[in-house]
Amino acid sequence: MDLLLNFLPAIIIIVVMFGITMIAALYSTYGERKVAAYLQDRHGPNRAGPGGLLQPLADGVKMFLKEEIIPVASNKFLFILGPSIAMTCALMTGVVLPWGDKFTLFGRTFNLQATDLNIGVLYVFAVVSVSVYGIMIGGWASNNKWSLMGAIRASSQIISYELSMGLSIIALLMVTGTLSFREIVLQQHGGILHWNFIAQPLGFLIFLICAFAECNRAPFDLAECETELVGGYHTEYSSMKLGFFLFAEYINMFISSAVMSALFFGGFNFPGMDFLAEKGLDANWITLIGTAGYFLKIIFFIFFFMWVRWTIPRFRYDQLMNLGWKSLIPIALLNLAITAAVMVIRHSNNFGF
Amino acid sequence: MQIGQIILVPGNNSILLCDFHHSITKLYLPSMNNTQLDFIPIIIQFFLAAGFVGGTMFITHFLGPKLKTRKKLRAFESGIESIGNARQPFAIKYFLTAILFVLFDVEVIFLYPYAVNFLDLGINGLITMFLFIALLLGGFIYVIKSGALDWE
Repeated sequence: MDLLLNFLPAIIIIVVMFGITMIAALYSTYGERKVAAYLQDRHGPNRAGPGGLLQPLADGVKMFLKEEIIPVASNKFLFILGPSIAMTCALMTGVVLPWGDKFTLFGRTFNLQATDLNIGVLYVFAVVSVSVYGIMIGGWASNNKWSLMGAIRASSQIISYELSMGLSIIALLMVTGTLSFREIVLQQHGGILHWNFIAQPLGFLIFLICAFAECNRAPFDLAECETELVGGYHTEYSSMKLGFFLFAEYINMFISSAVMSALFFGGFNFPGMDFLAEKGLDANWITLIGTAGYFLKIIFFIFFFMWVRWTIPRFRYDQLMNLGWKSLIPIALLNLAITAAVMVIRHSNNFGF
Repeated sequence: MQIGQIILVPGNNSILLCDFHHSITKLYLPSMNNTQLDFIPIIIQFFLAAGFVGGTMFITHFLGPKLKTRKKLRAFESGIESIGNARQPFAIKYFLTAILFVLFDVEVIFLYPYAVNFLDLGINGLITMFLFIALLLGGFIYVIKSGALDWE
């Protein structure tokens, strides 16, 4: 019974965050269409509900009710497994992210975080790596040339950008000295100047570019390049299996925005936090404002993802691979060297100078 | 302490390492303040996610019309009659990229524990890792020069 009580906050947070992630992904599709519409000087969805707000629900219901087609030439088991892996992996990452600070309810204090792993950053990267399998298996199982090419393109793009992403994170880890998301966020307490993007501007830039590539978002959306590959790796998919692939993309976008905000933009810290605490505002309220601030940062990044998608044209494949291997990796290594040099000068007594 | 000796400090979950210069390094173990119980929420999340995915797959299988025709079940290749199997050899470049990724990603993984203990490892760690990254860079330059990553 005690054990269950210990995990009750975690279970509640997991279920609530599951719902919020779903709603965020659902309304990202709406947001994307609206942002695209305004950038192209048109209205976007505006028929279903006030301002088109019910559009994502209508889309979801449509996905459910569509005919499920599994091509005869495909491998049936892997065909179903592909989108399942993509969706499950997309939903798995949120569990280690710190959504807020300490919260007190019924005399019990707990963190607004399902679990604070001391290998949190590593866990996120591990799960993100597995999600490549979803795309690869799905594309291969379809037994369609477009799907196979889309899947191969997508997976080699994702693994190429994972290297620079890992290297940019290593420079950040040298500064923070921990892999726990909560500790990294707490270290950024005390104003915007303490946020990590000040200390690691180059690292943040690399991470941002890699996040675009990892999510298969424009300008890196060669995997589903319509003019060349029909629909890319999900050409053969229909019904909710297609829905899962598309949904996973939006959830990944939400999660990578959350990771970016936590690692580089202070997470649930906000300017004026200490001022409000001094004024005697209840700690719970400060936590809630912090969580709201965190979600504002996430929404800003999601908006940024969309803004870029509808502004910048798609790369050519050789340009994409050259950027990943010949530009970003050397820049990331340079960033690592600069960070090491600065850290050695700052903490010279650790290095015997 | 003797060279190569490792001492476990039970109090704060760290180990002391004595290297060839008789200097002693303190390393914190990953289990610093984590127990296996901290991983239970991950299992809960997995069951929730997998249950949702599986359940939705199961339900949508029974919803929706089922009007399967022979043409509908064929691979869609822009309306042109599909020729042969899609599972045939493809450009070796992709394979090379995958192999190089495995090589470099393992090296990047090795850098994680070093980066976390960067300040504790001091000058010895710095020199060791400098050599390690120099080797990595050497291999990387070789790969670039040999044209393994040239996309035409």
